[in-house]
Amino acid sequence: MNLGFGFIDWNLISSFILKGFYFSVQLTLVAMVGGIALGTAIALMRLSGKKWLVTPAAIYVNTLRSIPLVMVILWFFLLIPLLIGRPLGAELSAMVTFTVFEAAYYSEIMRAGIQSVPKGQVSAGYAVGMTYSQCMRFIVLPQAFRNMLPVLLTQTIILFQDTSLVYAVGAYDLLKGFEVAGKNFNRPVEMYLLAAVTYFVICFSLSMLVRRLQKKIAIIR
Amino acid sequence: MSWDWKVFLQDTGSGQTYFAWMMSAWGWTLLVSACSLVVALVVGSLMGILRTTPVKAFVWLGNGWTELFRNIPLLVQIFLWYHVIPSIWKPLQGVPDIVAVVIALGFFTSARISEQVKAGIQALPRGQRYAGLAMGLTLPQTYRFILLPMAFRIVIPPLTSESMNIIKNSSVAFAVSITELTFFAMQAQEETSRGVEIYLAVTFLYFISAFAVNRVAAVIEKRAQVPGMVGAGK
Repeated sequence: MNLGFGFIDWNLISSFILKGFYFSVQLTLVAMVGGIALGTAIALMRLSGKKWLVTPAAIYVNTLRSIPLVMVILWFFLLIPLLIGRPLGAELSAMVTFTVFEAAYYSEIMRAGIQSVPKGQVSAGYAVGMTYSQCMRFIVLPQAFRNMLPVLLTQTIILFQDTSLVYAVGAYDLLKGFEVAGKNFNRPVEMYLLAAVTYFVICFSLSMLVRRLQKKIAIIR
Repeated sequence: MSWDWKVFLQDTGSGQTYFAWMMSAWGWTLLVSACSLVVALVVGSLMGILRTTPVKAFVWLGNGWTELFRNIPLLVQIFLWYHVIPSIWKPLQGVPDIVAVVIALGFFTSARISEQVKAGIQALPRGQRYAGLAMGLTLPQTYRFILLPMAFRIVIPPLTSESMNIIKNSSVAFAVSITELTFFAMQAQEETSRGVEIYLAVTFLYFISAFAVNRVAAVIEKRAQVPGMVGAGK
């Protein structure tokens, strides 16, 4: 079979691909911000040393990490309408799912980050009269974020790749955009190939940037 | 809402119960995962080893392989092997669908395994390689008898979590209609409208599959221990 890309023009890109691209980016950003916030809270719970906080946090993280993401997407798509009594739509449902799911992974990163801050720092905070929450807020968390920034960003690149799995509930993301365009122009092979190239270019350049950032941070420290 | 576990005894319309269908779907999940794991371990180890050799071309090949298969989403890779490659390269057109999924999942995971194998080899003191070469071993012999036996022991824990990931990632095969657990879950949910019971059962099967892998790996890790060396004396 001969591949031909002559049918691609700006009209195709703007009407099929960009719509999906915007959603993928939006989903990634929402899940990143929400996931890091929720994940940090869960990490603090796990490190609090209080059993009634540690146990639920550990169950949350370990459960979500042992279920395939596709199943989690399906679960939320099934359960949210049952709980709130009306369908939420694939797009919104995906945002809730990814935030909750990624929080489990971000929380493990933040836990490692918090543990990477030397104990003396916390003692120093207490010594100058800070409370536990002030210590966390002003001393530990800023350093934990900084130490873990490259890892958090790498996880976000993985998150961006994983957003393609909203395919399972039919949300219109970047991959879906390529697929629909492929169907409309009867050129599925070219469009799938282009989808792979697009994802590769985005993820590869982002991971190069993260690598440079990593080196920069390493030098300052 | 009320439970209705009898849904699993219902007939699917083709003479078997949903329970029997689920068991065969579980079989497909395990088959896809096992085959992909073999592909991933072989290719991933090879690429990881190449990246630590002194030969520039090998390093370049291993790095390129890893970046390529790490930066494309698994679902897109499955579509590549299922739709794109067979239409460009004819001989692949006749092969069963499962082969496309095994290649995709295997290569995707091989990129991650190559990272770990590389890290495992680099974790060894550099003197070990030089000692091997100084004793007159060739480079392949140095790898075979000195570096790899220790490196593979070091990477057993990360390889365990990769093996568990493969079971989870095999769920993406639903997209090309392999009748594995996730595909079963979607179909059976649609046909019976008893989604909660079906999803619970499927999730439970994923749980015990991953747990079984974890236990097997723990046994292997224990058997492979070298007294006084990495991993021993916990």
